[in-house]
Amino acid sequence: MIRLTDSRLERGNTIMNETVNKEYKVRKPISDKVFSVIVVVFLAAFVIITLYPVINTVALSFNDGIDAVRGGIHLWPRKFSMKNYKTVMEMQNIWTGAKITVGRTVIATLTSLFANALLAFVVSRKRFLFKSQLSLFWVITMYVNGGMIPVFLLYKNLGLTGTFHVYWIPGMISAFNMLVMRTYMEGIPESLEESAQLDGAGYWTIFKDIISPLCKPMYATVALFIAVWQWNSWFDAMLYNRMKTEYTTLQYELMKLLSSVMQQSGSAENAKNGAATITPITIRAATTIVTMLPIVCLYPFLQRYFITGLTIGGVKE
Amino acid sequence: MARTKTENRPKIKMSGKELRRQKFLLVVSFFMVAYGVVFYYWPLTGWLMAFQNYKPKKGLLGSKFVGLDKFKFLFEDDVFIKVIRNTFAMGLINLVTTTIMAVLFAIILNEVRRVWIKKPIQTISYLPHFLSWIVVTGILHTSLSSSGIVNEILLKTGLINQAINFFAHPKYFWAIVAFAQNWKETGWNAIIYLAAITAIDPSLYEAASIDGADRLQKIRYITLPGIKPTFLILLLMNVGNVLNAGFEIQYLLGNGLVQSVSQTIDIYVLKWGISQNDYSLGTAAGLFKSAVSILFIVIANEIAKRYSEQRLF
Repeated sequence: MIRLTDSRLERGNTIMNETVNKEYKVRKPISDKVFSVIVVVFLAAFVIITLYPVINTVALSFNDGIDAVRGGIHLWPRKFSMKNYKTVMEMQNIWTGAKITVGRTVIATLTSLFANALLAFVVSRKRFLFKSQLSLFWVITMYVNGGMIPVFLLYKNLGLTGTFHVYWIPGMISAFNMLVMRTYMEGIPESLEESAQLDGAGYWTIFKDIISPLCKPMYATVALFIAVWQWNSWFDAMLYNRMKTEYTTLQYELMKLLSSVMQQSGSAENAKNGAATITPITIRAATTIVTMLPIVCLYPFLQRYFITGLTIGGVKE
Repeated sequence: MARTKTENRPKIKMSGKELRRQKFLLVVSFFMVAYGVVFYYWPLTGWLMAFQNYKPKKGLLGSKFVGLDKFKFLFEDDVFIKVIRNTFAMGLINLVTTTIMAVLFAIILNEVRRVWIKKPIQTISYLPHFLSWIVVTGILHTSLSSSGIVNEILLKTGLINQAINFFAHPKYFWAIVAFAQNWKETGWNAIIYLAAITAIDPSLYEAASIDGADRLQKIRYITLPGIKPTFLILLLMNVGNVLNAGFEIQYLLGNGLVQSVSQTIDIYVLKWGISQNDYSLGTAAGLFKSAVSILFIVIANEIAKRYSEQRLF
């Protein structure tokens, strides 16, 4: 069917195509109109389901705590109050968590980006003698790992548990990020490297002054991946630094607030007489908004980067 | 990740001159390999613990060797059998539903021609991906609570007479997990499919229009075959992850009442290994998971090799 119409298209000139299209527009099949309705309904439902819970959380966070217990708050606060945010700002561990979260995000993004880029650079040099061996060495780590217990014992033996360093040293190189970067670097013409070498540039200079400037969009993508991962991590704080409140993270603090509530819903008895002991829903909402705000404000501006990053990493490689 | 073709070029021979020339690359490689050995390969020796009665004081070499005893204990434990079932079931449900939703969303969004509608919807669709599981489960909890929006709608439409406590009944748990997974990742997963759709030659659609095909037919005969390679490669990559799909959300949403359906292998490992300090049992469960994951990848790769051009290795 397709081949036949192809030849028909070739025969027709542009003007003819336009008339055909116009004609086509006039007699649009009814099935297409039905389909349009389905598209609109599906997307409307999608947007509502995605946004409602988030907007609801914002509304709750600005609502008076006692008033919110009555329920029925949807998209707008009923009794406006800034008290929830004031309470959150007065929690000392939220401040500690924020400091550690920002710190780990910045440090880990910089170190991890540098390490992955350098490794990707080495692996993508066509001349390099151990190119395929080094690649394989890292690809294996994507599929085989020691698992939670051996890793936990390793960090303990290395003295990483109970320190800030457990947040940025262990995950510094990730085979996935490295492969995304390698694919991108392999697309850069080799002649650039060769001409630089003729001018006497060493590999470090080539990496720093020739390859890296060309990789900026890819660096932005990978940096975003790492930063989001770091910002949203909580499990490492719970597993390795449970006793060290000075190294708590924002997400872990939020988890502690929320988990008390979740455990309660599991038992009917607690649900009846609970309300007094658990953190009010409005405070939880305000904390949630505080932890997600920076990333939610940032990501719309970085769309271009993560879309290219995902497409290169997933499809081409 | 499909294999990229190796180019035909004169092979560079190893020689003293070449080694000196590549000194920088070799030095960097040395440090990278050292790092990899410490943080990725060294933990593999810990697998030995699965076959021992590991005592931290005696160490890996001094602990008593017990053969397959730990595995025997695992498979005689009804809880572990349920844990395997839960991990597998949730992993599979998540894989199937998220794939379908991502493809569906990509195709439907692609049907929107007006950029000023399409762009904002796309931006909104990524939002949940950037939220942590903590935030997502918190939001979910508010929405599904007895005074939450879901119960409110169900009550108002008269579908139920009494608010449902969704987190207290095992029968809802897998559905809640699947919903959360889809809520969080649909927009994000659709990015690759949207890119694949954009890569389809537009003249195919024009030709089909002239032939009188309606939009549904165009989707069926052009869009779907067009994204098939992407679909297969992603499926391949994700099959190996089926058992990895279960930790954070189950851990955060689980409670005593739904334990029989919420516990996954990773939670079991955490519970026995870290909380109960039975490192050997925890490692054995983890090793079982790794082995099955690798088996899945190899099988998926073989099937793909046989039936299509796509493969991982």
